[in-house]
Parts: sequence; C-alpha cells; structure tokens
Amino acid sequence: MHNETLIPKIGVVTDIRQDTPDVKTFRVVGTDGKKLFEHIPGQCAMVSMPGVGEGMFSITSSPTNTEFMEFSIKKCGVLTSWLHSMDVGQQITVRGPYGNGFPVETTFKGKDLLFIAGGIGLAPLRSVINYVRDKRENYGSVQIVYGSRSKDDLVDYQEILDEWMSCPDTEVNLTIDREQEGWDGHVGFIPNYVKELQPDTSKTVVMCGPPIMIKFTLAGLKELGFVDTNVFTTMELRMKCAIGKCGRCNIGNKYVCKDGPVFSFDQLSELPNEY
Amino acid sequence: MQEVKDRAKQLLADGTVNRVVGWKAGEFSYDITPAVFTSAEEIDKDFIYNDFCAPNLSKYLIKESRKEGKLLVFLKPCDTYSFNQLLKEHRILRENVYVIGVPCTGKVDIDTVRAMGFQGITGMESDGENVTVHTLYGDKTVLKADTLGDKCKTCKSKKHVVYDELIGEDGEVNTDGARFELVEKLEKMTADERFEFWRGELSKCIRCNACRNVCPACSCENCVFDNPASGIQQRAAVNSFEENMFHLIRSFHVAGRCTDCGECTRVCPQNIPLHLINRKYIKDINEFYGDFQAGEDTETRAPLNAYTFDDCEPGIVYSRGGNE
Amino acid sequence: MMFRLPVNRLDDLFAAVSAVNSLYLPVDGNDGRASYKKWVEGTKLSSKLNTVRSAKDFFFPQTTNLCDFNVKDKEIEVIDIRADSEDFVVFGVRACDARSFTILDKVFLADPIDSYYATKREHGTIVTLACTRPEENCFCNVFGIDMTSPEGDAACWLTDEYLYINANTGKGTAFIDSIKALLEECSDEDVKAQQTTVKEIAGKLPFAGVSTDYFKKNTLLDIFNSEKWEKLSESCLACGTCTFVCPTCQCYDIKDFNTGHGIKRYRTWDSCMYADFTKMAAANSRNTQMQRFRQRFMHKLVYFPDNNNGEFGCVGCGRCLSRCPISMNIIKVIKAFEEE
Repeated sequence: MHNETLIPKIGVVTDIRQDTPDVKTFRVVGTDGKKLFEHIPGQCAMVSMPGVGEGMFSITSSPTNTEFMEFSIKKCGVLTSWLHSMDVGQQITVRGPYGNGFPVETTFKGKDLLFIAGGIGLAPLRSVINYVRDKRENYGSVQIVYGSRSKDDLVDYQEILDEWMSCPDTEVNLTIDREQEGWDGHVGFIPNYVKELQPDTSKTVVMCGPPIMIKFTLAGLKELGFVDTNVFTTMELRMKCAIGKCGRCNIGNKYVCKDGPVFSFDQLSELPNEY
Repeated sequence: MQEVKDRAKQLLADGTVNRVVGWKAGEFSYDITPAVFTSAEEIDKDFIYNDFCAPNLSKYLIKESRKEGKLLVFLKPCDTYSFNQLLKEHRILRENVYVIGVPCTGKVDIDTVRAMGFQGITGMESDGENVTVHTLYGDKTVLKADTLGDKCKTCKSKKHVVYDELIGEDGEVNTDGARFELVEKLEKMTADERFEFWRGELSKCIRCNACRNVCPACSCENCVFDNPASGIQQRAAVNSFEENMFHLIRSFHVAGRCTDCGECTRVCPQNIPLHLINRKYIKDINEFYGDFQAGEDTETRAPLNAYTFDDCEPGIVYSRGGNE
Repeated sequence: MMFRLPVNRLDDLFAAVSAVNSLYLPVDGNDGRASYKKWVEGTKLSSKLNTVRSAKDFFFPQTTNLCDFNVKDKEIEVIDIRADSEDFVVFGVRACDARSFTILDKVFLADPIDSYYATKREHGTIVTLACTRPEENCFCNVFGIDMTSPEGDAACWLTDEYLYINANTGKGTAFIDSIKALLEECSDEDVKAQQTTVKEIAGKLPFAGVSTDYFKKNTLLDIFNSEKWEKLSESCLACGTCTFVCPTCQCYDIKDFNTGHGIKRYRTWDSCMYADFTKMAAANSRNTQMQRFRQRFMHKLVYFPDNNNGEFGCVGCGRCLSRCPISMNIIKVIKAFEEE
C-alpha cells in the first residue's frame, strides 16, 4: 500500500497562548511527545478537527525548534473558532509539511533582510525570522517592520520585545494604525511607515499581510527603487488537498499549496490577478 | 422567424429597450444558448427563434432586470407562467422588462431524437409538422410530434398569461389532464414498486445541480444545500439517503410554486424524470385544495401559503393508502 | 499480435473474464442511454457510441472514503480504511476516455501520489474499443487521438463477424493470455480496412478542422484577460454538469460526515463552476461566474498544457457538448478565440 498524505497524523496541543484578542498560538507535538515532522520556514500544514473542518496554516515556529511546532491562528471561521475554544491536552490532526517555503538556504543566504508584516501576517514570517536569528551568521542585517490595528493586536509582542529587539544587527520598527494610551511608538499605516524608513534597496524583502497592505506597500517599495525579484510574499487561498490536486488554490497555472505559498513578485506579475 | 427578429431590432432602435434577452444559434440548429443582444448586428448574426428554442428565459430576468435600462424578453406560453410566478415572489423588476409573447407549437428535443435511434445529428429542420434530421449517416424526415421533449409532449398551455405585446395568435389552456397520466401510473403502483422506481431513477443522480440551477422556482440567494451551516452541504451522493433527500426536499420547496415548465427534466444529464415528482404535488394540490396553476396570475395566494377551514387534514394520507 | 473471436461468442468471452475478475462494460439503460455496469449473465454490450458518465468513475469515483475518525473526549483515533482493490477489467472504453486516464495520471500519480487512485489503476485492466460510428460532437482528433486505434491495455475492433483484439501493454498481454482458449490468431487486414473507412468519416466530422493554435500562440495573461469570457459565460447556470460528465475534470472537495457512530472523511467530485469552490471565511478569489467559467476552460486549454508539455486537458469526447443545459461548451470557447 502506498503512503497517503491525505490521512493525517494525530497532534497533541501542549500549550495555548492568547496573543491578541483574536489570535492564539498553539503548541503541538505528536502522541509520542516529539515533533510531528520537519519543515522549512514558510511551509504549511493542514490542521483539522475531524467533523469540524480542515484548514491550511503556516507553521509559525522555526525548524530550529527541535521540540515542537507552533501555529498562530486567527479566529475567523468555523474551524478556527473551534480551535480557539479548545483546551490544552486536546488532540487534533495534522498533515504536512506542504508548499515550497522561503529560500532561506539559497536566495536569502548572506542577504540583508527586510521583513514587513501586517496583523496576523507576522505569523508566517515568524518562522523565518527565528530561523535567521538561530543561524545569524548566515545572513546580513535584519530589519523588521511590523504593524497592526492596535498594540493589543500585535502578535508575538512579548517575543518581539524580549528576544527580537535584543538580537545583534537587528532593527525592529513597530507601528499601530491609531494613537493609543500606553503607546509611544510609531503610529501610521505600514506602506507609509516603510517609505519613511527609507530602507536600503539592496535588501531582500519578505512581506505578508492583508491584500490592501501588500498592494500599497509594494507600490511604495517600487517607488523607493526595490525590484520585484527581491520582494517575496506568501499567499493564502482556499485549499482542500494541499498537494496540487483538488484544483481550487491556483493562481493561473500555479498552485499556492504546492508551487507556493511563497512567491516573488516577479513570479506573480506573470500570473493572473486572481487572488 | 423574421418577425421576431425585426421587432427586436425595432424596439432597440426606438430606444424602448437597450438589450434583448433571447436565443442564440449554436454550431448545429439545435444547440441553442440563451443570450443577451445589444445591437441589430448581433441580432442579425446570431438571434434565432424556432422549434428548437426550448430554454425558458424567465429565470435570467432575476439578474438581468436589475441591470441598467429596460430589456426585451421573448417568452413562450409556458415561460410566461414562470415569469408571473417570479413576479409574485418579487424576484423580477417588472418595470424594467418588456415582454413579447411568442407562439410555440412544442419544441424539438435533441435527446428524444437521439433516443429514436439517430446518430451523428448534424442538423435539423422543422416545418411545424415534420422534422428533417440530417446526420453523418444520412437524412430522414420524421413527425415533429414524435420529437418533442417531455415538457412539450404534455403541454399545459398555449396561452400567454402575461405580455406587453404578442406575436402571432394566442392559444388555449390545455385542460385534457394528459400531463398527469404518468403520475397516475405511478400512483397505481404499490408503495414498494414506486419506491423501486424512484430509487432506480434517483440513484442515477450525479448531483450536478443542473435541475436546481435551471429551475425558475429555485431562486434562493443561498440554497440550503450550499450552506455549510445547514449540515447537509454535501453535494455528492454520499449515500442513498442524501441522494433521495436532495430531490424530495427541493421538490417540496417548490411545491405550489412550480409552474411545471419541465426544465428540470430537460436539462438532467441522467434523464431522470424529475418533473414527475413536481407533477405529483401539482396533482395532489389540485385534489386537496381545488384546481390551482402556479404562475397563472400574480395575485392568487398559493394553497400551501393560505389556510382555510376547508383544507384537508394531514391524516388524508392514510385514506389514500399511505403507510402509517 | 492480432487475435479474434467470432461475434456470436462475445458472451463466452465476457463469461470467461467474469469468472476470474469483475468485468464492467457499457450497457444500454431502458431510457436508451448507456452506462457502465458489471457484467452478469445476460448483460449485452451497449449499442451506443459512449456512456453519459465517463469511465473516470472506475479510478476516481464520485465519492471516496479517505479515512475514518473516532473522537472521544480529547482523543482522536485515525482509522486507515483503505483496502487493496480487487483486480477488475473495464471493457469497451473509447479512445477519448482511454486518453483521459493518461491525463488523470499526470495529476493523481504526480508526487505525492494519490494512493486511492493509484491502487485502482494498478488493479484495473482497460480494454478499449475502436469507434465505428462517431457522433457529430466527437472531436478527439483535435487533440491528436485516433478513434480507430485506441490506447488502453488492449484494444478491440468490432466488425459484423469478429471481435479483434490486440495488446498494447504487458497487462493487455496478460489479459489476452487469460482468454486465449477463446481466441484465434489472425491477420490485421480487416482491422486495417475498418480503420480506413472510419478515418474517412472522422475526417469529415463537423469539428475535425477545429484549431487550438490560438491557445498555443498566445500568452496565459492575454487569454486570461480577454474580453470574450464575459459574453461566453453570460448564460452559464453555474451547475456542474460539464464538470461531472467530463472525463478529465478531477477537482475534488474533502468533507467530514458525522454518521453518529464516528466521522467519515470522504472526498467528492467538486466543480470550479460552483460559487463556493474557492470561498474562504473572509474572501473568495473567484467571485463572479465569469471568473469561475473562465477557470474551467483556462485549466483545460492553458494551465494544464503549460504544466504538461503542451498537452491539452481535453480529449474531445463531446460530453459537455451534448449535456450542457444551455449548450455552451469547449468547442464554442475554442472557436470564439480562433475567430480572432
């Protein structure tokens, strides 16, 4: 009998962290207490509660974490609401890893990296950022521009403060959409903030966030002189199989689940604007 | 039919309407596609009205009548019932539609012709009495009456119940009851035989949704069978229960609103006689509540939507031979 | 090597095959339409050119149980319900449908392979039957398929007197070996004569000259952005008939079904024509019927070829032509673009 990727493995939720009012981070291991499988930063897994649904989520922990996997999940539909309602010790099913992941061992190597994230868009980038932090010597400078609606909506805020900000040769620029009590940092939308920051155009950009943010930030980056080939993003469309067969997550002839989710903007520019 | 084309072009030219909903000729004479025409050139090139234009255009008006400007639509007698019913349900904006009733003597059905044994049909011509069938393997002329689809074999009415103007002579409502003959045959079966009959038919269903999507009475914005919250959003034949229930629930939902336009059976790729389920309800409604024809007008309250003291009791099913 | 069997001994052949393996073949229903049925004594081979449903059902059925789950409190049990398939033979597959399997293979057998499909493929023997009376809707030749010389494990030709059979693969040879007692070796003269006659008819089919060059010469984006899609899709009913009768349509959905005794995870055919196909909690990448209609044809005429060395994802079986409720189909789409 052939192996069958559509039959999932059982994962046990060992920790649940409330990140923001609508984002929780779930720590998952196999029933043997070990990591379920290895992955590349940016790859995804199909997480399911049988009878409720199955969905594709970015693995937000770094592959350098040898003990467990994490998923940061925003509550927005039937499955995610169920996941948000569960307690530690709950079993779920997981299959993967799926997708191409970020080219951390090729294109990104030795480069100065600029991460731009909006809202829950930080989740897929967290895996790369922590990977880069753990293999700091392989990469140039790191700049992280991260924004959210409010301070409370910043995902991984504690990790950012405690770990990212103290990392060598790493600059973290946070912003929120509107003024807020207890916030003395930058206020404003990400596209404008990026322009204000005037990042060096030799940097390789990794961007993730809501479509409207991507659209305006990309325009801003181009104005600054960045080229499409140096800007990467990770996509999300409806998925069922996660292996390029069920036919729904395609952008033109590319399947987001298999050929993506990571694309550079020069790749996307050759594909239909249907996402 | 030149008269129909000419009138469409006139109404476009004088600005009465800005587009025409009609039928477009295909690769052969019989593969007709509903289409919207916006110019005299388009009408000259592609518009067609003949004995092959079976599609009922009423349902398209739900969407089309909400667009900019007034449109012209051609309706056959049976299509006018669907149109009226949709008006009654407030699904068509009447003020945006100019209706021309066109005569119909029954439509030739390609599947009926194929079932007669014709292969490789490259074209057909009808003179109203006879149909000449051209095939890759020779030509033959047959009686048009033999080529009609189910919906036309037992036509309920040749009378237009709504129109702004008519082309040709209006016909009469057919009262001979012939359309219930097959239903009567099913009623005479034992419950087991009938169950076998319907299991045999419904087990062919591939849940393509053609019947539902073509049905003018199925105009819900979001069908319960597409709603994930319903718990029955399972479009495929997972089990025989699901297979049966889709058609039974759908037919109950259109009971009292179904005008018997017969589109469900015409489009079914598996040739399931779905219209017989609807006709059974129509026949029952007639017997329980007095004769009623959905779509006959836009005012009469449907029997299933109106309570009267004369309504039959639910227990009537037992006296009719139903299982307790 | 060509073998033959007198036509009046067809039943003996079917009986011999059935004695060893399940045998499926096209059979006429009481409504005159053909469908694949399991052969039992008395079953007659269909007189129709083809079945309404395609032969993909044998390998990619409308529903497949993927696995089961038992959920108790916080615990989940995953049950692998896969069983090895029994060997089976499908007889009477036409050239178009035979080619559809190689197209489906490119999807389901690509890494990671789909074990449900692969198992059925491994256990199924395809015995094809050359066409003798093509229909007006046939256009397999547009995609380089020869209806007089079908692919499959073994190919057959039916004349008034004989059924001729020739192996194309090792599986086909094994099949012929298993029924050799009924067969006699023969020359391929009669087969060649039939092929010549049928090819002449095939050359005169209404769509024999349809060209697909437009889709080879123009870019993905040019075709995608064409204004033609709006008009072509305007009366689409958004049903899935074309998809479900199509031998190469393979999109599917995965759903869970709570039976009350556990949860069945199953997959079903799905259609890109349906509004909820790409719908997510917050967005839908294909919001309009035009986009969904375009997706189906782009997939067959552009995306699939782009990913598979130019091979189109259509085999010209003509099912969508005869079954679309509004008679909109891939030929009309191809011709609308070729007009340019």
